[in-house]
Amino acid sequence: MTRFEQELKNNVFVSSFCTRCDKHVWPPSDVCNSCFGNVIWKPVTRTAKLIEFSRKGDEIFGIVEFEDTIRVMGRIMTTSDLQIGQMLNLIECDYDGKAKFVLAPIV
Amino acid sequence: MRRVGIASSGLAEFSKSDSSIESLMLSSVKPIFDNTSNLSQDDIEVVLTSTNSDSKYLSNVVSELSGISPKVSHSVESLCNSGTNGIVSAYSYIASGLADVALVIGAEKADSPGLVLEWDVSRGQYKHPIYWASMFASAHMRKFGTTMEDIAHVSAKNHNNAADNPFAYFKKTFSLDEIIQSKHLTDNLRLLDCSMPCDGAASILLASEDVIKKFTDKPVWISGIGQQSLSAGFTKNEDLACMKSNIQSSHQAYDMAKKTPNDIDVAELHDAFSICEIIELEDLGFAKPGSGSSYVRNLYDTNDKKINPRGGLIGCGHPLGATGIAQTIEIFQQLQGTAKKRQVDGTKTGLVHNMSAAATSSTVLILES
Repeated sequence: MTRFEQELKNNVFVSSFCTRCDKHVWPPSDVCNSCFGNVIWKPVTRTAKLIEFSRKGDEIFGIVEFEDTIRVMGRIMTTSDLQIGQMLNLIECDYDGKAKFVLAPIV
Repeated sequence: MRRVGIASSGLAEFSKSDSSIESLMLSSVKPIFDNTSNLSQDDIEVVLTSTNSDSKYLSNVVSELSGISPKVSHSVESLCNSGTNGIVSAYSYIASGLADVALVIGAEKADSPGLVLEWDVSRGQYKHPIYWASMFASAHMRKFGTTMEDIAHVSAKNHNNAADNPFAYFKKTFSLDEIIQSKHLTDNLRLLDCSMPCDGAASILLASEDVIKKFTDKPVWISGIGQQSLSAGFTKNEDLACMKSNIQSSHQAYDMAKKTPNDIDVAELHDAFSICEIIELEDLGFAKPGSGSSYVRNLYDTNDKKINPRGGLIGCGHPLGATGIAQTIEIFQQLQGTAKKRQVDGTKTGLVHNMSAAATSSTVLILES
């Protein structure tokens, strides 16, 4: 299991970060995709912007963007109408063979 | 660089079967030898296999089973656009002078490991392709007001076209109402908006301008190639109402062939899902952004077969490694005037668009008679 997966399993969302280039390296990697230097693992802010969404039955899923750079698909828990661009909280993340991200609107 | 042309092709019916991947490949190689004058195994210097199968050393295995001892032999895998990747590789071997004749063999089983996008952590738990397609549909609907009825026209048109294709997986057509009433997989994606995984095989023979007349009097030339990878992860395509790699690869191909979208008489587009064809029509310059839906409705209303005369992936089924080759064979036949009931009148220039994994990679070929 990778560091990224281990942290997710502990409900912590981390991304690889290059201190030399001062940027997140996404998707997670052991080396920076610009300078090929080593990375550190840095917690990602747990608020995200809603980019797009749809539904499968009662389940809402969508693309969200963290820190203006990291986009992932996650499940969105709400009974309210959603607006593109609104901010969501990451309320849970996990790893069980697949990365899981669960978000909900900031109230 | 030397000109490279298509000399011959072979197809096996898209279906579900107990055949092995090797048998499927051989079933599309046989018609090439049956139908190509003056071709012997000794002519073939390159054999490339295009598949997502886990079977090892396939190009050598199938070469041996076909009695071919090629100089160059290897597999090409790039998920759903493996087929056109194989053709581009074969083109390169011939154009560079390393070989004169290349055989590209594509095949897939319905349970291909290429159907689930498990490597991409960006997709979270949503690994099945319906989820990325649903994101593009949401974005296009939001930006341009595209409706579920618009999207249904793609499926109805392509199933109608596939009815004239004896190699297609689907043997029946579907009315607009049947498509609209089919099972909703997501809010904006129905079962009949999806291409169907199936078994299938397709092979194509490429040759240099120096030798191609030995095999055919009517070669079809590959005059434009565009290929662009954006990423492996889905979420690097920032504007989800278009597919960036389509735009980039088509510009490359148009530039190389010195053509514009107005010059294209017939095209095969990668309609993995109905919404894809609408977006691709816009990305490749056949329709202005936001007008892909009305373009498709007009094709449907007038029974115009210009786009996806083969029936597309939706009508033919989608055996991943065979798809791009089968698309190219359709345009080859259209430009040779041998597409029978599917023939579009007056075709001189055609286009093939093949992409993989939510358009993270796209290939565009331009062919000319």
